[in-house]
Parts: sequence; C-alpha cells; structure tokens
Amino acid sequence: MKDANRWRIVPAGDSALVVEFEERIDPIVNARTVAFADAVQAANISGVRDVVPSFRSVAVYFDPLRTPYDRLVAKLEEEAARPIADATINRDPIRIPVCYGGDFGPDLSHVAAFAKMSEADVVRVHTSATYRVFMVGFVAGFAYMGIVDQRIAMPRHSTPRVRVPLGTVGIAGVQTGIYPAETPGGWQLIGRTPVKPFDAARAEPFLMKAGDAVQFYAIERSEFGSLKSEV
Amino acid sequence: MNVRVIKPGMLTTIQDRGRWGLQSRGVPVAGPMDPVSHRLANALVGNDVDAATLEITLLGPELEFEAERVVAVAGAEFEMTLDNRPVPMHAPFIVSAESRFRFGARRRGVRAYLAIAGGIAIPPTLGSRSTHLISAMGGVDGRALKAGDRLPIGDPSRGRRSAIALSESVVPLPDHHARIRVLPGPQADYFTADALDLLQSRLYVIGQNSDRMGFRLDGPRLTHARGADIISDATPLGVLQVPASGQPILLMADRQTSGGYPKIATVISADISVAGQLGPGDTIEFAVCEPREAMAALIAQERALMAIELPEP
Repeated sequence: MKDANRWRIVPAGDSALVVEFEERIDPIVNARTVAFADAVQAANISGVRDVVPSFRSVAVYFDPLRTPYDRLVAKLEEEAARPIADATINRDPIRIPVCYGGDFGPDLSHVAAFAKMSEADVVRVHTSATYRVFMVGFVAGFAYMGIVDQRIAMPRHSTPRVRVPLGTVGIAGVQTGIYPAETPGGWQLIGRTPVKPFDAARAEPFLMKAGDAVQFYAIERSEFGSLKSEV
Repeated sequence: MNVRVIKPGMLTTIQDRGRWGLQSRGVPVAGPMDPVSHRLANALVGNDVDAATLEITLLGPELEFEAERVVAVAGAEFEMTLDNRPVPMHAPFIVSAESRFRFGARRRGVRAYLAIAGGIAIPPTLGSRSTHLISAMGGVDGRALKAGDRLPIGDPSRGRRSAIALSESVVPLPDHHARIRVLPGPQADYFTADALDLLQSRLYVIGQNSDRMGFRLDGPRLTHARGADIISDATPLGVLQVPASGQPILLMADRQTSGGYPKIATVISADISVAGQLGPGDTIEFAVCEPREAMAALIAQERALMAIELPEP
C-alpha cells in the first residue's frame, strides 16, 4: 500500500472488521487512523461494541446478529476513503513531570552511554520533543508515544525486568511510554512520574488517548512527593 | 442479602458480559470463558443478560446463603448438593436461607456458571463487574474468591424465571477434545501458503501454562512468510496469534487489547464457548469454515438461548 490513500478492510473472525492503512509507524498515517476511529465511533451504528485504533489500523468489534452489516461496511468504506488528515494536533499538549535518573531511572546511564552524551543531555533531548500518542494498549492506560530522537532511541532489553514500578518512564527504540501499573517490562527505564496514567477511581480514569500530544518536563526528587499529593 | 464463601474452589471469579468499549484505552474485556453457559445460567433464574455470575473452574466452591434465592448452574457438569441432597444442572432451584450449597465431582467440561436471582451486586469497575485477574480489576479486589468473602446479591427482577429444565447444556460439552471452527485472518497472508492446511492437519494440545488469557498450543509449527513481528494492533477474542516459535496461542477472555504477533485465523463466535470448556492437556482439531457456516451456527445458538430467555406465555 504505497499510495497514502490506500486502505483495506480485513475480517477478523465473524464479529470484527479491521481497517488497515499504510503499514508503517508514522504520525500522518496514525492521524488518519485516529480520525477514522473517531468518525466510526460517532456514527453510533447499532451493534458496534468497540472501536479500537492502533498505530495504523482500526478494529471494529460488533455483534454479528444485531448489526446492520451492509450499513457498517458502507460507513467504513466512506470514512476510509476520506482525504488524509494532516498530523496536526489541535489539543494542547499534556505536560507530564518526570524525575529522571537515580533509582527512578536505572537505565538512564545506559541510554547516555548508548547515545554517547551526558545523562543531562539525554534528559534535555527527551524533554525537548512533543510526542504523539500513537495508541493505548498492553495494559489499561499504557500510551505508546513517539517519535523519540534517534540519538537516544535505545532498543529494549533482551530480557524484560520482572517488575517495573507504576509511573516509570521508559524508552524502546523510537517509542516512549509510562507504565500505568506495576508489570513486567523490557523498556529502558529513565525516570518516574508522580502522575498516574490510569486510575479507575478518578473522575477521568485515563490521562491519555490516541492522538493526544504529550510533553515531559524534568522535576527534582524533592518535588516528586508534593506533585504526587496534588494529583 | 449476602452469599458467604465457605470454600472458594480452585479458581472462582465474578464475571458479567465483560468490560466492552474501553479497549481503545487498553482495558481488557474479560468476561466469561463460556459466554453461552453464562447467559443460560442467567436466563434460567430470570436475570437480566447483564447480571454477574460466578465462573467456577475445575473444582467448585461451597457457599452459604443468608436468604432464600433461586439459583441455576450451567456449563461444565458437576455433581452438586444442597444440604447434602443432590440438585440438577441446567435447571432453576431454590436455595433456602442458611443452607449450604456444595459442588462435588466434575464429570465433563472445565467451567460452570452459577447464577443467583438478582445477580452478584458488587460495585462495577468502569461499567463492568467482570474480574480481570492480571490487572486486578473488577470482581472482589480484582482476584479470585477466597474463603470468608461475602458477596452481595441484588434484588430479583420481577421478570419470570424460566420454567424450563434442560436435559443438557446449549454448549456441546467437550470430553477433553473439541473440533473448533475458524475463519482465516486477519493476517493469514503473513504465513506460508500451506500454513492454514498445517493448522488443520493434526491435533493441537493445550499447554499447562494456559489460563483465562490464552491457550498455548503445541502442534504443527506454522511458518511466517514475512517475519514474526507486525506493527502492534488489536487482538480479538478467539484469535490465533503466532509468535516466532510457530506455535499458536489462542487468545481468550482475559487477553490484552493489542499485540505484535501475526494472527493466522480467528475462532468463530459460535465455537468460543466450546473452546472455553477446554483446559490444559485437552486437544483441539481446527477446521477452517465459510462465513456462512459461522453465521448459521451462531443463529442456531441464539435461537436455543432465546427459547429459554423468552418462554412461551
């Protein structure tokens, strides 16, 4: 699918259709993917149970006995054929405080060695970009963000850690993300945020959604506790 | 009114139809492994389709009821007793106040569903009471039941319960083996041309490290034609994802919302419940079918359920 306007609809069993756009991780392809998912969701077609965008495709889950299938397919075709949106993000960036290094970011020194720069420069590079949330998946509230500057884009560990604490900020190649729960994880861990990406008890449980813009800013260890009590 | 857990059984969890609508935020659906038997149990006691039941795995619990309620059990066949007197599967019966309800020997299948009129009324999390074990969400503190738990039960609806006592389950209970139908895709083209034939050529054995998340299968090795990595995308219920080992993993109720392995085929909706009645050591024969057959099987299943949910006046 070289032409940016190309797309295809692939069935996944009898109760899901996957609409695929270009096969690459790219802000413009992802912007189109997210806009498509929003449009399908807004169409509110009866029987549709979930609309799930990822990097370059959207899964539409439906109840095959309670969905007007032809109408669903017609709507997917109509929306998929729309001209590409640009990757501009209209919403203000979500600003996330991060305490880098130390025991919060045990891999910061490795990333610095990989990038052949100081730890402070790694922090500067990581905080200077505005990242796009390409998709949310893996566990509740885990946002896959990019694109990380090539210089600090260290690949993930070959053997994942058994336990990564909640709020840990990591890098995996050109992706960056925050662990929203304590889970195993193979990303390079560079810092930790006191902000919870997911909290089921909060009025808005999710901090981020696909298509959002995110900026990180560095905080001191002494600020970590006070920020935590505010959120 | 509460139900008190005397013995929890091996793995007993609270499940409703699942946490739908939030997969775009990474929230797994969870829900019953055998959705048909879950729905049947609710229908037999006159519950709403959204009511939560207990999913019972291999070894059942022992429960004490504070007040009288109508209950029904569907799915895997267990011997059950109420104050030491036997009670039937697939039929509503009354549990009186202070009486003990016990599960005994299991004859067939892996998972049974216990519905109580009024449903299990724990507070929902993100719109659902389903327990997701890995992320500790829903149910009782996101975990399986343990001795001493008290489960609040809702008020029974005024809807009539079914008068029907079924001779057997709507789900054909497998005896350690099942033929499971699949539709190719969504990424069948990521495999060599013979992969779908290989998938159907011999039995797959469900591995010991299989659970509500998925069944690790051991059988004919499938070969990728375009590498074992894809750009991560959504992982539907019943999909067969194939990591670099070439051994497929059948994704079930507690699956993650997305994954990075190519997916060769997807189990048809009508056969999900049969798969949910299998466990480690059991075998699967996969059979590719046509979409028309998938729909016909689903409609037949729906008819059987609706006959119980809407009994003739």
